[in-house]
Amino acid sequence: MHQISDDRVDAWFHALSDRTRRDILRRVLVTEQSVSSLARNYSMSLTAVQKHVGVLERAGLITRRRTGRETLTRGDAGTVRSAAQLLTELEAVWRERIARIDDLLDAEADPAPTPPSHPKD
Amino acid sequence: MPVTDISHDLDALTLTITAQFAAPVQRIWDIYADPRQLEKVWGPPEYPATVVDHDLSPGGRVTYYMTGPEGDHVYGYWNVLTVEEPSSFSYEDGFADESFAPNPEMPTSTCVSTFTEQDGTTLARYVTTFGTREGLQTVLDMGVEEGSRSAIDQIDSLVA
Repeated sequence: MHQISDDRVDAWFHALSDRTRRDILRRVLVTEQSVSSLARNYSMSLTAVQKHVGVLERAGLITRRRTGRETLTRGDAGTVRSAAQLLTELEAVWRERIARIDDLLDAEADPAPTPPSHPKD
Repeated sequence: MPVTDISHDLDALTLTITAQFAAPVQRIWDIYADPRQLEKVWGPPEYPATVVDHDLSPGGRVTYYMTGPEGDHVYGYWNVLTVEEPSSFSYEDGFADESFAPNPEMPTSTCVSTFTEQDGTTLARYVTTFGTREGLQTVLDMGVEEGSRSAIDQIDSLVA
């Protein structure tokens, strides 16, 4: 588990306290989008949408990257990671599976003791 | 820790992980041959797996779903490629819809599991290969995104 500071939690709740920001986050968790294409979903100015994106970014919920003249926005779950990082995450999945096999074998080799019928003196 | 060796091949997007289990090869094989044992070791505790179809033979299918903390389901399948009991089997692992039809928009991986005897213990080698970096990332993000979305939906209903 990650240690999460109170400040970070406050920032999340502030960021998620607004319906538009929740909607933006939901969209960019699915696909990376430019701020201008996001803005087309709302009846507000591009600047207003940019402000919402800024709040989400400061809360660490989304990341932005520039490509050419566009700024692309993406939910943090989808942050681009290197092949090395990805294989390390996959390794964790397999390590857990292996640990569960080990637990299964352990439980079998050393069955849970049945409660003693006579308490020990 | 029973894991004895790990190798990452960044170009081939292949993870090779080797473990040594204190049990004979046939005992390890039986875990995969028995759907009730397989589901104990496949899914994480917060996403327990339920194996539905289980045909561990070449061309056969194994289907399963995992149940999340919100009661949400993730459906998956194995297309079994090769089987040499009790020493190896390989399969294509992918995501499916509720009827277990493969989801063509989701990436698949290929897994080769090999079990060899060593002094009464089993060396198990698992080789997992992804076609693309994006495919691997999509699979790893599945749980994270499902989790984030259900959390946001909950907040939505709280403040609505």
